[in-house]
Amino acid sequence: MKGNIAVCEGAIAAGCTTYFGYPITPQNEIPAYMSKKMVELGRVFVQAESELAAINMVFGAAVSGSRAMTSSSSPGISLKQEGISYLAGAELPCVIVNVQRGGPGLGNISGSQADYFQATKGGGHGDYRLIVLAPYSVKEMYDLTFLAFDLADNYRIPVMILTDGIVGQMMEPVEINPEFRVQSSEIKKDWKLDGCKGREPRLMRSLIMEEGGLEKHNWHLKKKYDGIKKTEIRCEANFPDSAEITVVAFGIAARICKSAVKKLRQEGLKVGLMRPVTLWPFPEKAISDIAAKSKKILVAEMNMGQMVEDVKLAVNGKCPVEFLGAPGGAVFSEDEIIAKIKKL
Amino acid sequence: MKKVFSKPESLQDKNNSYCPGCGHGTIHRIIAEVIDELGVREKTIGIAPVGCAVFAYYYWNFDVTEAAHGRPPAVATGIKRCLSDRVVFTYQGDGDLAAIGTAEIIHAANRGENITTIFVNNANYGMTGGQMAPTTILGQKTTTTPNGRDAKRDGYPLKVCELLSSLDGVCYIERVSVSTPKNVLRTKKAIKKAFENQLNNCGFSLVEVLSQCPTDWQMTPVESVKWVDEVLSKTFPLGVYKENTEQTRK
Ligand SMILES: Cc1ncc(C[n+]2csc(CCOP(=O)(O)OP(=O)(O)O)c2C)c(N)n1
Ligand code: SF4
Ligand SMILES: [Mg+2]
Repeated sequence: MKGNIAVCEGAIAAGCTTYFGYPITPQNEIPAYMSKKMVELGRVFVQAESELAAINMVFGAAVSGSRAMTSSSSPGISLKQEGISYLAGAELPCVIVNVQRGGPGLGNISGSQADYFQATKGGGHGDYRLIVLAPYSVKEMYDLTFLAFDLADNYRIPVMILTDGIVGQMMEPVEINPEFRVQSSEIKKDWKLDGCKGREPRLMRSLIMEEGGLEKHNWHLKKKYDGIKKTEIRCEANFPDSAEITVVAFGIAARICKSAVKKLRQEGLKVGLMRPVTLWPFPEKAISDIAAKSKKILVAEMNMGQMVEDVKLAVNGKCPVEFLGAPGGAVFSEDEIIAKIKKL
Repeated sequence: MKKVFSKPESLQDKNNSYCPGCGHGTIHRIIAEVIDELGVREKTIGIAPVGCAVFAYYYWNFDVTEAAHGRPPAVATGIKRCLSDRVVFTYQGDGDLAAIGTAEIIHAANRGENITTIFVNNANYGMTGGQMAPTTILGQKTTTTPNGRDAKRDGYPLKVCELLSSLDGVCYIERVSVSTPKNVLRTKKAIKKAFENQLNNCGFSLVEVLSQCPTDWQMTPVESVKWVDEVLSKTFPLGVYKENTEQTRK
């Protein structure tokens, strides 16, 4: 299965009933596949006139209580930021997929990790967070998209799948976990708007003009975000206890680093890998613990250096942090990583 | 004695905060009356704009969501596609619908979304203090056209009914005003038809209402209704621009 198709299948299995999108490479397989599959299943598919319209259609679908998804790639995700901020403000659940490409501007169509800041630090205006999941295999494209819908409903929060053109285009077998159950389809959305029959009329908004109202709302969001930090951090650590040098990488970069680390271990070098799966909430504690035991940390990203800032905050001076980058849609090879680690 | 003037159930028991002589309050009430008459209050979802009517949800007594500036037609699409048996309408000003949200309204109309749009044209941006809107008429003074709108620099007033009636997805388009009791009645008839079309699954309907904004026009309420009748409706002639209720969405 192709990475982009795994996103679709994960979404469909999770009970995504509405998809809204606009074409952009390298994620065109998603709207194409959804246009066929969703219609076959009697679900909603709309090709919107822009990413702006698509994210606002998601807003409407989410308001009505439906599980909604949109997908795009970097330039299109920039256009969605207005809507994402409104969704976060109104606490509406939805899933947004970013199959990243090189930027800034129109950039290129190669896979990239240049939207880390945009995804994890806001992107749109105001004080808010998204849950950001970073798959590194086709299987995770399926699994994490599936998970994203439950997380979104559980916390009433937009969830972003931050992947890239390489994982999106990658072909791999996917074994579907038979234990997957759509969990929060049972969650009662007692906030949704579906007509006020038998109840008081409801209101959905992000405009809070009452004296002190928005401050209160923001503190409420903060409390929710702190709760998510306590329970939803996901990461994978390889050889955390016996590594003198630990590589920190996410998504496709982690995939390349993982095999480099494996080769170096075979040569007898004490190297490890830490892969954040949730980019927000960020696995600060796990990285801090590893830093306490490591001599050095190497952050490898396909950008000019974004996650490295969060790693440095987590490491907080416990050990030196080095960086290997590949911006503009470039990819580093296993050999480059091996050479870099050997030089450290 | 027969009660002739009472509060519609679809309106909350509250005074609105619009300026004296503003058209928004009248249009809110007409919509509430129509929703009551059609008996659809409990299955209606309204979409409020960004503009003076952003607080419409404090006055209506049914489900209402906000939308970002100009995006109500996209939000309405999302809701209606999920809940096709509900009544979904957008309420939008001329800045919201005809400037920042031009793409959303054209494409919702062109897709023939089975929704209703009430488009309030008051020839300026009321909420932000009376700037030029796409519907500001030539020569009209606003805070950003201090010497009057000049076609050379500012372009021409955008005629939404004329523009949208060329689209195949559109079922019904009419322009009305609320300047006189007679016009209010006509507006009510048009708005009712626009909602009935949705109930009959006819596709997209839009009613443009020429509306007074005495505050930003710097007129008295009386002068402002006169201006609607004598000036504004010359650029924006009242009438039915499209009616194709035969068309039923499959
Ligand atoms: C993205 C964005 N741009 C600008 C604004 C500021 N703004 C608020 S209301 C408005 C104009 C509203 O005018 P109109 O739609 O004609 O409504 P009216 O107040 O006249 O009824 C503007 C520009 C905003 N809220 N959001
Ligand atoms: S500024 Fe104009 S549109 Fe806004 S409430 Fe006052 S009169 Fe009405
Ligand atoms: Mg206006």
